Amino acid sequence: MFRRLPDTNAGTVDVTIDGRSARVRAGDTVAAALISAGVLASRVADVSRAPRAPYCMMGVCFECLVTVDGVSNRQGCLVAVKPGMRIDTQHGKREVER
Amino acid sequence: MTELRNTYDVAVVGAGPAGLAAATVCARSGLSTVLFDEQPAPGGQIYRAVTSTPLKRDTILGTDYWAGAELTQNFLTSGADYVPGATVWNLTREREIGVSVAGSARILTAERVILATGALERPFPISGWTLPGVMTAGAGQILLKSSGLVPDGRTVIAGCGPLLWLIAWQYLNAGARIDAILETAGTDRAAGWRHAPALAISPYLLKGLRRMLAVRRRVRVVANIVELRAEGRDCVEAVAYRTARGTEQRLLVDNLFLHQGVVPNVNLAMASRIEHRWDDMQLCFSPVLDADGGSTIAGIAIAGDGAGIAGAEAAQARGELAGLAAVRALRPNAPPLAETDAVRTRLARFARGRAFLDAYYKPAVQFRRPARDTLVCRCEEVTAGQILDTVALGCTGPNQMKAFLRCGMGPCQGRECGLTVTELIAQARGVSPQEVGYYRLRPPVKPITLGELASLPKNEAALRSVARG
Repeated sequence: MFRRLPDTNAGTVDVTIDGRSARVRAGDTVAAALISAGVLASRVADVSRAPRAPYCMMGVCFECLVTVDGVSNRQGCLVAVKPGMRIDTQHGKREVER
Repeated sequence: MTELRNTYDVAVVGAGPAGLAAATVCARSGLSTVLFDEQPAPGGQIYRAVTSTPLKRDTILGTDYWAGAELTQNFLTSGADYVPGATVWNLTREREIGVSVAGSARILTAERVILATGALERPFPISGWTLPGVMTAGAGQILLKSSGLVPDGRTVIAGCGPLLWLIAWQYLNAGARIDAILETAGTDRAAGWRHAPALAISPYLLKGLRRMLAVRRRVRVVANIVELRAEGRDCVEAVAYRTARGTEQRLLVDNLFLHQGVVPNVNLAMASRIEHRWDDMQLCFSPVLDADGGSTIAGIAIAGDGAGIAGAEAAQARGELAGLAAVRALRPNAPPLAETDAVRTRLARFARGRAFLDAYYKPAVQFRRPARDTLVCRCEEVTAGQILDTVALGCTGPNQMKAFLRCGMGPCQGRECGLTVTELIAQARGVSPQEVGYYRLRPPVKPITLGELASLPKNEAALRSVARG
């Protein structure tokens, strides 16, 4: 659970997260946007199907793998949000054609 | 994006203090220079988002952070090509660099390559470390610097190391709540004090002490933690701990931050076959380098924490040294931008006190070689016990082991489990981590799609090598 410090939310962009519209901070990465939107688990693990969430925020751990605009296995912490972006939490391994 | 050339005099990987300093020296000396960085803005992790942070108050992050602004500005005006959002996934002995930018891959070459890939946080494998709500302290700091986000609800920071105190101090400055700091026991505190005289003349001492005391005044600190566990079903709900002489305690939490020091990010250097050695003080693999950061492969240097952990100021000095060496090699007659000896003197000053920090904050064995039922490999979900069982079957090192378990073969490519695996196998076999070795890393060091690979321009030799008949 995170909260935004005052005066740090200059602009916003509208995206969808798992089909629901969400207003997130412009300039945030997808992983930061998910955290600030209160999304607890951004993917489920490949083997155990246990919920997982961003862990390192710097491109190392690959826990923030999400589907962005239909392309899965994107590292959410390395992708900046864009207006209209479709962000979907990822369930297991990447699939063919996704 | 900048129009890229096919060849450069110098290519730098990483835009932290080392990479920025190296690229600035090279570009200002008239060398064609390109800097690739994976992040969207320059600064690396220490100066993360220094050009774009929403935090306007110096009082949150401290003055050291803002030192990165000048370094970044010097780089941005140096004439070097800067490519953010660039993932370098291959580097060959011939200094061919494979890089992806915005889903499009290309290959270019450079006369000299300077790797400044920095550090990553040491794996902290405890029971429950994969639960949502548990993240590294460095991740928390990135959310603060980049997005102005601070933890909400009950918050505990656990582990050890100077960065842990810095982050706690920054959180308090930002008005965030910290319920407790659980300081894990060190293995070698006494040895640490033997290095105290060097620390006394280190530029870090006063700063570090002042921050630690400021945090201790305001936060409950439980020292000498020997057992630590995150608990919860779908997310972290509690942290259980025990001190050396105490009984088990439990704190209800919404956020748990873990940190036990940083280690070199070796994936690209190792995949390039640069020789690395086990460092017994820093408990990690570090590259074998000369005084200018030159590696065991001609024309490739390593600067910054990727060359062995030494901190931001040392990283900047090592970046300058690597840059100056590249200039000497490629433009022997160019007047040097700085005296190499003066930079070495500066580097030595920042190296003072490092031995104390390494020894004093050496993470305890039980947090480096966890109990059997603890997950070691987060991606493929392999436990310490499974790894140890492969040693009983005759596996001598990580590369045999992974054939049985897929441990280290998930998307993170061993970054979150490699050191744990090496230390577990070394202990079980009764040999040194150096003898056990590390995963045999291969390109691509970050995943790229087959489509990206297939779209690369192909030369005659490459086409012949796959042609039939």
